[in-house]
This record gives sequence, C-alpha cells and structure tokens, in this order.
Amino acid sequence: MKNKILSRIYVGLVLMFLYVPIFVLIVFSFNETKSRSVFSGFTFDWYVKLFQNELIMSSLLNTIIIAVIASVLSTILGTAAAVGINNMKKLPRSLTMQVTNIPIINPEIVTGVSLMLLFVFFSARMHFEFGFVTLIIAHITFNVPYIILNVMPKFRQMTPNLYNAAQDLGCSPARAFFKVVLPEIMPGVISGFLMAFTFSLDDFVISYFTSGATSQTLPITIYSMTRRKISPEINSLSTLIFIVIIIVLIVKNIIESRNIKKRSVKTDG
Amino acid sequence: MKRIISVPYLIWMAVFTVVPLIMVAYFAFTDSEGRFTLINVANVSRYTNIFIRSIGFAAVATVICLIIAYPLCYILSKLDRKYQGTVLMIVMLPMWMNYLLRTYAWMTLLGNNGIINQIISFMGFEPVKMLNTSGAVILGMVYNYLPFMILPIYSVMVKIDESVLTAAKDLGCNARAVLFRVVLPSTFPGITSGITMVFVPAISTFIISRMLGGGSHMLIGDLIEMQFLGNAYNPNLGAAISLVLMVIILLIMSILNQFDNEDDRVLM
Amino acid sequence: MDRIRKLNVFIILLTFFFVFSSCSSDDVSADEEDIEALSLNIEDEDYYKRFSGEGLSINVYNWGEYISDGSDGTLDVNGEFTELTGIKVNYTTYATNEELYAKLKGGGSSYDIIIPSDYMISRMIKENMLLPLNHGNIPAFSNIMDKFTEPEYDAGSRYSVPYAWGTVGIIYDNTIVEEENIDWDILWNEDYTDRILMFDNPRDAFAIAEIMLGYSINTEDHFELQAAGEILKEQKKVVQSYVMDEIFDKMGAGEAVIAPYYAGDAITLMDEYEDLSFVIPESGTNLFVDAMCIPKSSRNKEAAEMYINFMCEPDIAYSTTTYIGYSTPNSAAFDMLDDEIKNDGISYPDDEYIQSRTAVFRNLSDEANMIMQTLWTEMKSSEANSPNQWIVPVFMLGCIAVSLFILIKRQRKRKKDMF
Repeated sequence: MKNKILSRIYVGLVLMFLYVPIFVLIVFSFNETKSRSVFSGFTFDWYVKLFQNELIMSSLLNTIIIAVIASVLSTILGTAAAVGINNMKKLPRSLTMQVTNIPIINPEIVTGVSLMLLFVFFSARMHFEFGFVTLIIAHITFNVPYIILNVMPKFRQMTPNLYNAAQDLGCSPARAFFKVVLPEIMPGVISGFLMAFTFSLDDFVISYFTSGATSQTLPITIYSMTRRKISPEINSLSTLIFIVIIIVLIVKNIIESRNIKKRSVKTDG
Repeated sequence: MKRIISVPYLIWMAVFTVVPLIMVAYFAFTDSEGRFTLINVANVSRYTNIFIRSIGFAAVATVICLIIAYPLCYILSKLDRKYQGTVLMIVMLPMWMNYLLRTYAWMTLLGNNGIINQIISFMGFEPVKMLNTSGAVILGMVYNYLPFMILPIYSVMVKIDESVLTAAKDLGCNARAVLFRVVLPSTFPGITSGITMVFVPAISTFIISRMLGGGSHMLIGDLIEMQFLGNAYNPNLGAAISLVLMVIILLIMSILNQFDNEDDRVLM
Repeated sequence: MDRIRKLNVFIILLTFFFVFSSCSSDDVSADEEDIEALSLNIEDEDYYKRFSGEGLSINVYNWGEYISDGSDGTLDVNGEFTELTGIKVNYTTYATNEELYAKLKGGGSSYDIIIPSDYMISRMIKENMLLPLNHGNIPAFSNIMDKFTEPEYDAGSRYSVPYAWGTVGIIYDNTIVEEENIDWDILWNEDYTDRILMFDNPRDAFAIAEIMLGYSINTEDHFELQAAGEILKEQKKVVQSYVMDEIFDKMGAGEAVIAPYYAGDAITLMDEYEDLSFVIPESGTNLFVDAMCIPKSSRNKEAAEMYINFMCEPDIAYSTTTYIGYSTPNSAAFDMLDDEIKNDGISYPDDEYIQSRTAVFRNLSDEANMIMQTLWTEMKSSEANSPNQWIVPVFMLGCIAVSLFILIKRQRKRKKDMF
C-alpha cells in the first residue's frame, strides 16, 4: 500500500514537471498585458491577433503543405525500398540498412548542414533557390528511414510464400503485390506515414538550414519570434496547438477503444 | 526482380545522404579557395572546452533522464492494462508540442522575475538565479528529451513476463536481486536505445543553450550554427566541427552497440 | 481498420487547418481596408501601378522590429505596398549584420531587399554582392537629407538608399542604477553582476571595448583587437546573457538592468516602461546608418527599386521612424515629426556632438575581420571561472570507469559460463 502511494506521488511529480510549463503558457495566453510573469486580467485579444497575423498563418500553411507532400512521397519511396531491401541478399541488404540508419543516428544539425552544403553547391550551378523544393527534399531524406523501419518488420510477420502462391494462382506480379503483400504491410506503412508526418510538422533544425526566403515553416517563424520582442500571440498559438493535439489523441483513443470493444464482441459472438 | 523497385530509394540516399556527408568532409579539409588544408581540423582543438562542456551536459542530462524514466516506466508497466495506454499518452502528450515553445515556456518560469522566483520571494527567500545557468540548459535537455528515454524503456519493460519475476522470487531472490539480476538486464536494450535517443540530440542542440543559457553556455551545436548562419561565417571550420562531432557520436554509439549485442544474447 | 480511421482524423484535422487559415487571410484583408481609411498620400500612383496584376513578389530581408508592421493600430507598411502595387512582399528578419552576410554568402536564397549597416554595405560592395541602383527608378531619393546622400561607405549612393540611422548608448533601469555620468565601464561593474546584457554580435561588442581602451572603433591593429577581446572575456563574468532583440523582452520584464543598445529601440522601450532611461556615453559612441540595398541574387530589381522608393515616400518614412524609433534620414518625414522628438537629443543629437563624439564603422580588412571573428568565437566559448570545468571530466571518467567495470565483469561471467 505504501509502495502504491509512493509510486502515485512519483508519477504525479513527473507529470507536474512535464505539464507546468505548458500550463503557464496557456494561462498567460489570456493575460491582458504583455507581461510574462504578472497576470493582470483576462482577455481573448491574443487569439484574435494570432489569426490576423499573416506571417504565422502563412507559415502554418507552408508547414502543412510541406509535411503532407514530404510524408506522402517518403511513404511511397520508403515502402518500395522496403520491398526491395527485403528481397536483397545479405551483404547489400546490411549495407543498405547502414545507409538507412545514417539520418537517424546523425545529429540533426549535421544532416541540416550537409544538405545545406549540397543545395548551395547545386543552386550555384543550376540556378534554383532555397524554398519549398529544398525543404521537401530535406524532409523526405530524414523521413524515409522511419518508413522503412516501420515497414520492414511487417515482412517478417508475413507468411513468406503468400506472394508466390498468389502468382501461382494467376496474379500478375503487380497485382499480387497490391492484392496480397500491400494489405499485409499496411499497418506498418500507415504508422510510418503518421510518424513521418509528425516529424515533418515539428522539424526545426533541418528546416532552419534548408529553408529560403519564401518558405518559412511554423517552427522557423516561432524561432524568429522568440528572438524578438516576444508577443503573447506565441502563447495563444501554443494553447491552440495543445488543444488540437489533445482532441486528436482523445478521438484516436475513443476510436481505438471502440474497435477493441467491437472485436471482443465479435469473438464473443 | 523486385529488388529493382528499391533503386529510386538507393539513388535518393546516395544523392541526399552520402554525397552531402562527403561534401562536409570535403569542406572540412579545404580552405575558402578550395585548396587542401588541415588548418580547419586543427583549429577544432581550440574549442575543446565546448566539446567537453557539450559531452558533459549531454551526459548529465542523459543520466538524469534515465534516473527519472526508469522508475516511471516500472510503475507504468505494473499498472492495470486498461489504464496503461491512457497514462502513457498523458506522459507523451507534451512531446507533441513544438519543442521551441516548450523551451520558451521554461524561460518564463526560470527568469529572475519569473514565476518560480516570484513564489520563492513570496515565501520570503532570496530570489535564485536560474535562467542563463548551466543548470537551466541541462534542465531544458531533460525536459525536451525525457520522452525519448521513457518510450524505449517502457516498451521493453512491458514485455517482461510476470512469471519470470515470480520464478526469481520463488528461487530465493529478494526484491533487490530481482531488480538487478532480472529486470535490469532484460531492459538493457531499452536503456541503450534510450541513451542514444537522448544523448545524440542533447549533444548537438543549439536552441536550448541559446534560449536557456543566454549565449554564454555555448554547445557544439551553437558553434556549428555560428559558422554557417551566425556571427562568424566560416563554413570550412563549421564542416570540420561537424565532422568531429560525427566521429564522437559514432564512437559512443559503437561502444553502446557492443553492450546491446551482448544483452541480446542474454535476452534470447 | 482502425489505422484507416486514424488517417481520417488527420484529414479532418487538415481541412480544419485549411479552413482556419483561409478565414484568417480574409480577416487580414478586411483589416487592411480599415487602415486604408487612414489615407496615404502618394503622389505618383501610376509609377506604382506598373506591375500590378503581374503577380510579382519580392523577398525583403530586414532587421527584427525594424518596420511598421500594423500592430497596435499602426500602418502596415508591407500591406500598403502590396495594396498599392499588387506586388507581394515576403518579409523575413535577421538579428545581426553578420547573420545577413552569412545567409547571403552561403547562397541559395534570393532576396530583393536587404538593409545592412554602413560597414557591411562597404564589405558587400567590395565583395561584389550588391547590384548598382538605377536612380531613375527611385525619384523619392530626393527626400533624403543632403548629409546622407554622399556616404563614406558607398560613394555617390550607387548601391544604397539610407533607411534609418542612430547611435549606440546604454539603456538602464533608473530605479536601480543610481550612478551619475554613466559610461561604458558600467558594463563591467561587478555590482551589477548577472544583470547586464551585452551585444550578441562581434562588431558592436568590440566597438564598446575599443572605446573603453581608447582605440579607434575601426582599428585593425592585431594587438589592439587582442586587448579588446581580452576585456570582453573579462566582462563575461558579469554578463547575464548575450542578446540582440531579446533585449525588449529582458529589459521590459526587469530581468536585466543595464544593456547597451541602439537609440531607436531604447526610445521604443522607454515609451513603454517609465523606469528605463537611455544615455549616450561621454567617451564617445558609434553612429550607424542602415541603408536599403539590392543583393546580387535579386530576381525583380525594378520591383525592388519600387519598394525602396516606396520606403522613401514621406508618409511611409514617417510611419517607419515613429514606429521603430530610429532617426530618419528622410527630410520630408523629419519635417512631419513633433518638435519634441526633433529636439530630444537622443534621436537627433546636434551636429557638434556628432562631430566630436561619434565615429562611423568602416569595413575592416579581411585579416582584421578574421581576427575579430576568431576572438569573438573564443570569447563566447571561454569558460568564466565556473567549477564545471572539473566536474565534467571527472564525471566522464566516472562514466568510463563504470562501463569498463561492467564490461570486465561480464567478460568474467562469460568465461565462467563457458566452463
């Protein structure tokens, strides 16, 4: 019993550590003055100002566009790669996996800097600018490995001869792939996609080195905001992001628990 | 035959991962005119104190994360299955917030006139300087990267079979022996991957040290950023520093990997 | 199946975001119309209409907090420009001249307008990074005061049009700092340890040290630079943090009590916080001019020149100077100012003072720049008498020892297992 109380207290303390800063941000997003330490009155002004702030809104849009494109493309690229890698012989396979691990192990700042050097080299010769394209390339580069890591284990769980069986039964290779293999690995593909999407949304360091004048993403805008006169708009932005996250996670949980119930009902029946 | 469809990926990784790293190496060993030189790499030694500081801060932050995360994961894994998912979600929720915003939140808490100091002076004590100290930087690292430690440890912790623990107890292990001889060894893979997932971003961060350290607690990340986009433009030196950082991390990773392999065997 | 549902949630979320952002852009345009009612006085409308409907856009790269952005009911200068000309403005900011230089030198990004300071303009001209201006496209240049049309940093204003100017001084909290005759040495005063802020860029920081030591702020002498670097290193132990525009936040919130900064921002701060005062030290200071230039990477030079011209329009220049607090080089805008501001001595010190007490930065030789940069990085990375220096290696050794111990123990165990 004593142990139980102690562990409750412990979990409580950790949660407090995790949530106090966010709670403070939320409270001060309703503060009347710009002060960050004295609460003087309640207002919704900062939310109104936030939505009128063209810079924040356009960078939010940029962020979403880039995250969607990058995660979709990297999902396609990564799934194809996983299929290929799965059929490789041992040596090329381990070599490929080593390369795949590079962006994961490498510190973000080194990835960012190395891509920046590459883009600078090409932009000088091929006359293109830093912007959406460079950002999307950079995001795909750090996203693809996560897709592969999510998809590869699904092959191991798959019945190995399913694909051949489908072909023996008259499917063309492509049809066999889409009808038999893809459904099997789908959970891995989707979780990889979601992972890539969230990484893209939240990435700052790599975007910081590869963005141009016209493609500010939200994290970059937040960074430049923290380097200037700090406006409480930033607090209201955090509050909104937080609320959106909570809603998404709650909805996800409800759906999941419903599915579990359904399944259990089915097995019961 | 199906190997062919991984070709686009292989080309992609060659062009956007391998070639850029080669370019970093190329920049590190050339001067601004493109001639071969070792000066940049030699100059990196001037910043030894920054390297020591970064490794130290990252190591301290990693150890603190481990100390906080391990008991937490243990408690979580002992919870009723029904609640585990929810509690884990609550623990991971802050990680979904943008990490610049999370770090910024600490600025408002730790300042000389910040909320914590207001509480302290309200209780009648002298305000404490917290922002712009090395402690603040480490705190920022722990706060931001703690979830990276929790997740891998938790995922191996839930896989421990309860019957193994019971068996150990039946065979005469006391609680401490169970912890050190059964639980700890079987969670080693989680611990090592947690350590890398915290240590690598912590050693190379430049936001946390800038926001919470006031620009006087420079880390390797700050130094690199400064050479490329900051106040001391020198991409060749920056590339050399990046190269050294990469080597350090590879060394540390390979040591950790050794642990990992051995323990895999134990686990099997 | 639940995975697909998850995807649905994301799609719903996405549409939610898109709806939000499109709503907001409506809001903005409504807002701009409100400001239009303030009525802007532009003489030559045809000049500005040339590119309308072509869907052009320009990339403006400016200092943070350096334009009237429409907050608190002020004029939204970029919004007005777009309204008038149909040219979209992509506005981004930097914090120091050196950052701007690094971004341009690094390449890859195309900017149409940048606003560096005097010495950086010379450097960029020397390194062939700017495009010469076509003054035929900038008729409003005639509004610039005569004393700014022949600057030392850019002979004949071939590459630059002055945007704002000012001096560097010390902002302090007058309820805590009670010294009289405040001079630069207060930034080294140990009574204010951890309550002093310092410039986070090498040129401004070195200038203060050089003035303290009695050197020229344009010294290229190796030993003088070294000496300046030394006292900056000494200063580190009293400095709370190295900042640029974070100063607004830190001084405003009372986090720090003394900071050197630009006069214009000091005025903005003093308007908001009564406890703050500003002084230009007796021992002299730096006088700077920031001017608009078009970098080599520009894609729309004529549109950029139109933007420069727009910024020189009396009404716009007036909004700019009243918002940012910096002094204006624009005579028409200056005439519109209140007498109180014209005579306050901070924004517009008299000529005699400028002659005797201030110096303008000149571009340093590559070698001197290199030395300064190296000294700066060294200063920033140096450890100021903190005990960490020893804790860290000891800790590292401890870690290595522990891991070795584990390794050996395991090795032994394995041997045992084998037999």
